[in-house]
Amino acid sequence: MNAANSNGALLEVRDLVKHFPVFGLLRRKVGAVRALDGISLDIRRGETLGLVGESGSGKSTAARTILRLLEPTGGQVIFDGQDITAASRKALRSIRPRMQMVFQDPYASLNPRKTAGSTVIEALEVNRIGTASERRRRVAELFELVGLSPRLRNRYPHEFSGGQRQRIGIARALATEPHFIIADEAISALDVSIQAQIVNLLDDLKQQLELTYLFISHDLSMVRHISDRVAVLYLGKVAELGASQDVWERPLHPYTLALLSAVPVPDPVRESQRERIVLSGDPPDPAAPPSGCRFHTRCAFATDLCHTDEPVLRDLGAPQAPHMVACHHAERIRGSHGTGKGITP
Amino acid sequence: MSAPLLEVSNLAVRFDTDEGSVHAVNQVSFTLEEGEALGIVGESGSGKSVTALSIMGLVPTPPGRIEGGSVRFRGRELLGAPERELRRIRGREVAMVYQDPMTSLNPALPVGRQVGEIVRHHLGLDRRQAVERASELLALVGIPNAAGRLGDHPHQFSGGQRQRILIAMALSCDPAVLIADEPTTALDVTVQAQIVELIKELRDRLGMAIIWITHDLGVVAGLVDKITVMYSGYAVEQAPVRELFARPSHPYTVGLLRSLPTFGGQRHRLTPIPGSPPDLSRREDACPFAPRCDWVIEPCRENFPDLASVAPEHDAACHRRDEVRDTPALADATP
Repeated sequence: MNAANSNGALLEVRDLVKHFPVFGLLRRKVGAVRALDGISLDIRRGETLGLVGESGSGKSTAARTILRLLEPTGGQVIFDGQDITAASRKALRSIRPRMQMVFQDPYASLNPRKTAGSTVIEALEVNRIGTASERRRRVAELFELVGLSPRLRNRYPHEFSGGQRQRIGIARALATEPHFIIADEAISALDVSIQAQIVNLLDDLKQQLELTYLFISHDLSMVRHISDRVAVLYLGKVAELGASQDVWERPLHPYTLALLSAVPVPDPVRESQRERIVLSGDPPDPAAPPSGCRFHTRCAFATDLCHTDEPVLRDLGAPQAPHMVACHHAERIRGSHGTGKGITP
Repeated sequence: MSAPLLEVSNLAVRFDTDEGSVHAVNQVSFTLEEGEALGIVGESGSGKSVTALSIMGLVPTPPGRIEGGSVRFRGRELLGAPERELRRIRGREVAMVYQDPMTSLNPALPVGRQVGEIVRHHLGLDRRQAVERASELLALVGIPNAAGRLGDHPHQFSGGQRQRILIAMALSCDPAVLIADEPTTALDVTVQAQIVELIKELRDRLGMAIIWITHDLGVVAGLVDKITVMYSGYAVEQAPVRELFARPSHPYTVGLLRSLPTFGGQRHRLTPIPGSPPDLSRREDACPFAPRCDWVIEPCRENFPDLASVAPEHDAACHRRDEVRDTPALADATP
């Protein structure tokens, strides 16, 4: 057993940074979009970690940098004890099959000229898994696993519905028997009635194959449903991280409070009685994030301190249930939970 | 009783394609009174957007074709009305906001001109008055420093602000009806909440009627007075909003509600609707939802159930509407 396994983490992300350079006249570098500005989180074996945040918060950059589809600007990603950020191409080739991704758009992520079966077989061929006949057998198995009839293997993507296409994407991701899967907005493009099918399928596969997930979505109620823990990102930083239920029921960061209050509730009676914290304005430009706490420009709790000092991510949870938050005023917010008075600055 | 503000009856729209004819909208009827808000809820291919386009007289013809029915605005028939008359109503009396704020704005023109053009065209204002009205409107929808931003181009605004600008354009002539087709789908949940609050506030202030088209039952729950649920081009259920959520009477509506994770409640396994949405090019006499329905019985495969009353103001197109209504929607009850 190595160090990574001792705390049960399959994946450790340490201070991960990804900046995209901004070029001005004559290709001179004039600045950087700080898409990820030092995030740290662990994903434990067998858990689902949800990742939420507005567009521009760095969710998708995090996914791609973790898999090293993007080269990180700084920091480390340790998968199953191996430092991915320092791994050679050859080492990466042996790690990659164990980490897979399911993409948002089942229309764009499948090759329209390849049959469903050959799309899945390709994943096996690229990774040199099995003989030709073993691969064919494996495809049939994978189709069954994701709830598609193996007879559909010779059809082309356009002959499938959106939900079926997403199942093909999942079968492809599972082909290499990964331990870890990143689902980046994997249900966002699907109809509501189909989303639930895919979420249940992901849940079943997790049990059956002992998978670990990073589930990225802007749909907070789905994230709550599927995740054991959840990380809230704001402008490339972790604002809050804790057990799903704690974050949802006793949020400690003003941004999380606002996100949750923005989620529409499918219940006209409750919806009409609800007090909303409507965030004013839009997220600031990640190329020039605000000083101090990045959220202070939109935060109702902000004080002078927030303008100058960046809050560190600290643990305000119970001994066995860490609940991390990066806010100077988190104690005050925690104090107002359960008083029935509502949370006001 | 006087005629309703907007009355759609037995609307039928068809698209002729190489692979045959697609029945996009079939016998859809609803009414909208002054100041009332209606939600049209359905998934992709349910016909909800085509219904909206038909009201505006904007169904592309060909391949589209209005096969029958009527759309009356203040008693005047709009289907088949001369283009000149439609043009006067469209934008001025009935205005529309679309899903994608980037493609609906002209990227090469300053937003002040785009808003100003509408009031000059419809209300005959001169250049100076139009500028004034444009800055009033942008301020109304919450664009900070509106007067100073009239010269800015669409790309200088964020997605949420662009949607606000489209709403400003739609409101520019003080319309009686605002049709919003998935106006928040492309936006973050925080910005969506801002837009929903804005529309509610404007409705209270200006008293316009609203048709809000969406796939998300959650968004319309707090916003509309009544809901029409569409499936496969048919209106399958219509009811006042509280009644619909409390006593859904069509299995599809029940299915939609049960596939949502309950927010704040206990974690439970989702109950998806099995199967996929139907292919609209095949029209049968059967109920289009039958292949996916837990409640299906023999008659469902033989004839299409009428949209008939199950309670006052509550209609459902299901042979077993009374039983469905009497089954608690979110309990773990199977038929």
